Amino acid sequence: MAYVDEYPRAAKIARWEFGVAFLALALGGVFGLVQALYRTDTFREALPINAADYYTILTGHGVLLALVFTTFSIAALFTWATTRSLERPLASNRLAWGAFWLLVIGTVLAATSILNGFVPQLPFESSDVLFTFYAPMQAHPAFYLGAALIIIGSWVAGAVYFLTYWEWRKDNPGERIPLQTFMVLTTFLMWYLATLGVAVEVVVFLIPWSLGLIDTVDPLLTRTLFWFFGHPVVYFWLLPAYLVWYTVLPKLAGGRLFSDPLARAVFVLFLLLSTPVGFHHQYVDPGIPEGFKFVSMTNTMMLLLPSLLTAFTVVASLEHGARQRGGGGYVGWLRSLPWDRPAFSGCALAGLMFAAGGFSGMINAGMNINYLIHNTLWVPGHFHLTVGTAFALTIMAIAYWLIPQITGKRLQHRRLAMVQPYVWFVGMTLMSNAMHRAGLAGLPRRTAEPMFQEAGSAPFDPVVGTVGEMRLQIAIGSTLLFVALAMFLVVMFGTWLGKSGAAPLAVNGSIPDPLSGPEGSPRVLDNLKVWTAIAVVLVALAYGLPIWSIISDGLLTPGSPPIPV
Amino acid sequence: MEIHRFEKLWLAASLVLILGFVATVVYGAVGAGVAMVNDDGGTVDPGDITASENFREPGVYEAGDGEYAVYVEARQFSFRPGSSQPIEVPADTRVTFYVTSPDVTHGFSVVGTNINTMVVPGQVARITTVFEEPGTYHIVCHEYCGAAHHNMQGQIRVVDQSQFDASATGPAAIDDPAAEVSD
Repeated sequence: MAYVDEYPRAAKIARWEFGVAFLALALGGVFGLVQALYRTDTFREALPINAADYYTILTGHGVLLALVFTTFSIAALFTWATTRSLERPLASNRLAWGAFWLLVIGTVLAATSILNGFVPQLPFESSDVLFTFYAPMQAHPAFYLGAALIIIGSWVAGAVYFLTYWEWRKDNPGERIPLQTFMVLTTFLMWYLATLGVAVEVVVFLIPWSLGLIDTVDPLLTRTLFWFFGHPVVYFWLLPAYLVWYTVLPKLAGGRLFSDPLARAVFVLFLLLSTPVGFHHQYVDPGIPEGFKFVSMTNTMMLLLPSLLTAFTVVASLEHGARQRGGGGYVGWLRSLPWDRPAFSGCALAGLMFAAGGFSGMINAGMNINYLIHNTLWVPGHFHLTVGTAFALTIMAIAYWLIPQITGKRLQHRRLAMVQPYVWFVGMTLMSNAMHRAGLAGLPRRTAEPMFQEAGSAPFDPVVGTVGEMRLQIAIGSTLLFVALAMFLVVMFGTWLGKSGAAPLAVNGSIPDPLSGPEGSPRVLDNLKVWTAIAVVLVALAYGLPIWSIISDGLLTPGSPPIPV
Repeated sequence: MEIHRFEKLWLAASLVLILGFVATVVYGAVGAGVAMVNDDGGTVDPGDITASENFREPGVYEAGDGEYAVYVEARQFSFRPGSSQPIEVPADTRVTFYVTSPDVTHGFSVVGTNINTMVVPGQVARITTVFEEPGTYHIVCHEYCGAAHHNMQGQIRVVDQSQFDASATGPAAIDDPAAEVSD
């Protein structure tokens, strides 16, 4: 029996959530291509935008992909993972739909105020504030309200997973939490803690300020609250990919997970360490003492540990799968993996790119070396490997496996699907390596024009290659990424148009037990209260004093009035 | 719970790597003397940046003993001084930049160097450096600050001390910063 037959109501929610996610992905992807071509000065005359519109596109690209596509995909994936692993329907479908509509209304409000940048007939004047919306640059109140509703919608979605878990717990006292549910719950505990920062920023400061109820806000305080949320949000994106890599990828490789307890330990470490690290985005901010930046850096470096453990466990699981399929040798087993199955190849390539992204992230995390690359093109080069591939390509790959199960429709255009992850991989390799190198040469991010063209001198001095060659790679890479995105959407659209039950699905949702299960592991791993309490203490230690030092001269001072864009 | 031998080795190697990274930064700060942007610059009122002791009228000042202080106002969409007139400082002397913004958040990054700071309204970013060689350096605003953000750039001209003393923007003019700032 397919998932859709067992849990028809949860499957319907997941379908709609994926539907909105893929719409956001499509629009955000178009914006990405336009932006890359404009910035690299490729066919610029043919593009329907000017330099000021570039920032509208950039805001749309960031909000639609980093906030909307991610949140909806995560809700869909977690709806599936919770019900599947607890073997019961959601505790409240009504609440789950409530979360969906909150997310939709939030998205419509924010997207309308952004798109007003090109279409002034739309309500809510322009909000070209980028997805970091640093005050005192001010967006329309609808933008902030939309952002708040997206956060609140995600909270409600998370509440449904907890309610479902508590129901299960009543029926199964003393049992270990099923692994996928454990991952969903720890991810959301981290998320509840992390989103407090942005919720306070938006609801207490930015909404009243944009409505004129308060005159000023302290830009350093709102920035700090943003980054309180702004780093853990990347783990909110990453952990769902980890859920897939730990629990589904080994099966797709023909084997089973290497170690269940280690997977739990990894998620506990993320719950503890994801939030008290936000100052590493503010290494070069004035107004924050160096010591607090150092504490944040130490925590950030410790976060390498769960990711390095994941690398071990995932690769070990893949090797086990490959050997089950007849592979052998030290590295020869790699050839025995099912590289022609897009669900597998997409996840595996996403994991590989994440390793590269992890290494560039270590540079970002180094307090002193960060000076070289802060706010250069290096940074978007880095996060297009992480959220732009580790997350996005994993979601696309798992969709090839999951969409048939939640729709009851066989995957269409299978050959297109087979090639798609490779096209994405090549495109991202071109784009991201060029962005990293451009960043090392000092090219700034977030700018519409290649700077210093008319200055007569070339201040950017790349170590390897030339600026022109990097631009070309970025343009070709982003075009390939767009082609890969279009291929994915064709497969999804074709599958959606297919008939339910017309053909066997060719996939099944059964997931084999891990090689070493949770039985022998310490029970304290499942004690979510203990881990949450420690996480709160760590956040209080990392943020208590710095926030106090920022607000001790007054909550709203030094204060800035709103400056509309 | 059984942890595989290889997994234990990997765990140990990971911890060594992490400690190594932290150690390099500690060495950078303590041994090599890499100073970070921090809260030493103090705060100002974004509505009146020169009202407090922490910031002066934008310009180049001799800070005594062959040291120089450069006060830069970053605003939509120029650096003052820096954009319409280059910042001129002598080579091989300690130069401390004080940068703040009366409007939105900006960036202040000198291409090809490790001078790189955010400019947050209400805060003064303070960075000390030594330009060893004469030459022209480019300043980029690397934080999006509005529709014409991409036009926000500037220059630092590093000249020999003798040339600096002889030029119009030398110490003689610095006593009257208003005369030194043309825009």
